[in-house]
Amino acid sequence: MARINNLQDLNKRREQGIASLFPSKIKVMVGEATCGLATGAGLVHNALAEEIEKQKLDIILSKTGCIGMCYREPLVDVMEPNRPRLTYSRLTPKNVPAFLNQILEGNHKSKKPYCRIDEDILIINGETKRYLNGDLPDDLAAIPLMSDIDFYEKQFKIATRNCGYIDPDNIDEYIARGGYFTLHKALSTMQTEEIIKAGLRGRGGGGFPTGYKWQSCREAHGEVKYVICNGDEGDPGAYMDRSVMEGDPHSVIEGMIIGAYAIGAHEGYIYVRDEYPFAVNALSLAISQARECGLLGENILDSGFSFDIQIGKGAGAFVCGESTALMASLEGRAGEPRAKYVHTVEHGLKDRPTNLNNVETWANVPVIVGRGSEWFSEIGIENNAGTKVFSLVGNIRNVGLIEVPMGITLQEIIYNIGGGIPKGKQFKAVQTGGPSGGCIPKEMLDLPVSFDELSKAGSMMGSGGMIVMDETSCMVDVARYFLEFLEGESCGKCVPCREGVRRMRQILDDICAGRGREGDVELLESMSEAIKDGSLCALGGSAPNPVLSTIKSFRDEYNAHIQDKKCPAGVCTELIHSD
Amino acid sequence: MNEISISEDTIKNIVEKYHGEKTALISILQDVQKEYSFLPKDALSLLSEEMEIPFSRVYEVSTFYNSFSLVPRGRHVIEVCAGTACHVKGGPKLRSRLEAELSIECGETTEDRMFTLEEVRCLGCCSLAPVVKVDSDIYAYLEEDKIPGILENYREERRQSGEN
Repeated sequence: MARINNLQDLNKRREQGIASLFPSKIKVMVGEATCGLATGAGLVHNALAEEIEKQKLDIILSKTGCIGMCYREPLVDVMEPNRPRLTYSRLTPKNVPAFLNQILEGNHKSKKPYCRIDEDILIINGETKRYLNGDLPDDLAAIPLMSDIDFYEKQFKIATRNCGYIDPDNIDEYIARGGYFTLHKALSTMQTEEIIKAGLRGRGGGGFPTGYKWQSCREAHGEVKYVICNGDEGDPGAYMDRSVMEGDPHSVIEGMIIGAYAIGAHEGYIYVRDEYPFAVNALSLAISQARECGLLGENILDSGFSFDIQIGKGAGAFVCGESTALMASLEGRAGEPRAKYVHTVEHGLKDRPTNLNNVETWANVPVIVGRGSEWFSEIGIENNAGTKVFSLVGNIRNVGLIEVPMGITLQEIIYNIGGGIPKGKQFKAVQTGGPSGGCIPKEMLDLPVSFDELSKAGSMMGSGGMIVMDETSCMVDVARYFLEFLEGESCGKCVPCREGVRRMRQILDDICAGRGREGDVELLESMSEAIKDGSLCALGGSAPNPVLSTIKSFRDEYNAHIQDKKCPAGVCTELIHSD
Repeated sequence: MNEISISEDTIKNIVEKYHGEKTALISILQDVQKEYSFLPKDALSLLSEEMEIPFSRVYEVSTFYNSFSLVPRGRHVIEVCAGTACHVKGGPKLRSRLEAELSIECGETTEDRMFTLEEVRCLGCCSLAPVVKVDSDIYAYLEEDKIPGILENYREERRQSGEN
């Protein structure tokens, strides 16, 4: 792979990428992120390859990441010169021969397309590239545009802009969608002020202003500084970071190089959890390509700036999503957090100034720097600029990964994008923020989604898991579930967290088994305060949230368990049998 | 029964691959576990000597992280996802059924060393809930009644490979 030294080289690679994204012959592209593969995308890919080989067809077979429509997996896209890009859903290996025939014949005999894309608007520079040139063929008039289907209508993609559009293994396709042009621009003009003005807040959970963090790290004393990407997406129910690492690894790498340049760091780490093997593979390949192209390593883009990235793998510990624990783990130690009155931007990894952001934050950076802070700050709402990626899962019709502007309401997310609750069931609550978050009841569905509003509602943004629950979920059981999770994942350093969470879980066990006593709820509340006050890190500090938020909104359900010995949702088996 | 003979060269090679860097301990332990399916005690002692890290620290790291095992694991590792989406969509039922079918508790290995059953916090396949992973195969939207058939497939594979 030739080295890229200047704008001319970059443009040459862009041309190659465009030729591959808008091919001059038929191209079939399979969505092969973890969720696609789990529903058989790999088998579909193999069947396609076999049939293409057998029939000696002149068709390009490629792969891509997750476009978000997990409820329709496995997905296959077909591109033909001057025709809209067509998305087919739920393909099986058995369908493949008939499917290929219909493509060659140009009909929809075996499979109707689910939706189409006529043009590709690049969010990073506003440029439009068309798949369809000329008039829309009659046979496709009835196929809806992807941007018109309910699932996409209200979405706005920044961090996930390339997922489902490019082959993550092909750096030219990333460049063709505007990638690494921002880096080129940044290496001559970039200032951290741009990120400060944009008002980007960290997408990992806490929502700390990214620009200020960068500035503090830049101003910190020390020759050697580090940047870290937190890919330890541990919140159960959240998988957006996996999707970005698998589907668009270069966006994270480009963001990190820009950040490192602004801060003055020359070494970076991406810490990926052990449960994400495909993400590690995609990142490793992307890093080695970037090195070959001179986008990582010495003298990047001939600018004199040098920076390189290593991957650190986690080993299964939720607490390692906490920045100081993550850094301890990167140093080869047990992931125990430390007090943060000494900031990591001054004393972080190996005691040196360190700037840590999560995957989604880094993926936002090239677009913000490319389009400018003013453009970015107009998306979303005040103090909550931009978009947020959510994994919309649980008991909801359109399960998948969505990216929406901040300020959209829960109602819109659950009923417009998500299509509501399946099987005629009633909505009960939506859980956000992972084990540090809470359950939001239907009375609060008008809530605009933002860092501040979710915190006010007793939950939090967290990394973006949104688990929808219907009437078959017992809120006491859900609270117990999270405490069980946190009990197992507490590192054990602070006694209130280690022992307190366990004791709270035992009380909830009793309530769920019909042994609840009067005063248990009050006891849980007072223990919650003690655990919040007495824990060093956010894991303990927010551990009682799932309990407090369910007590607040579903007190009746606690009472039914304790006083009437009944589980209204019919989940707590001991209470069903005793009825 | 939990001890097997380890190859000193294998361990040394793994340490060498990471230039003996103390910060690479977790990666080194992962490689050792890949080699033996668990972390044998002798391997940990040898690592401690080779890397000049106190044994207590090697042991601390080995027991802190969920993905390390100090006891041998089965030929196939079954991971039941305990993520939130899986929890609300029936994950606990899958776990109970697996425990019943295999006659072991979560965290244990069957007597014939065929299967180890583990719970994993979240596999990040929340859209496919409930999910169970066997080795690298992910079973999406899994229904309880499909479990016996899945287990039988792995047993059958083993029989066909001609070993006992």
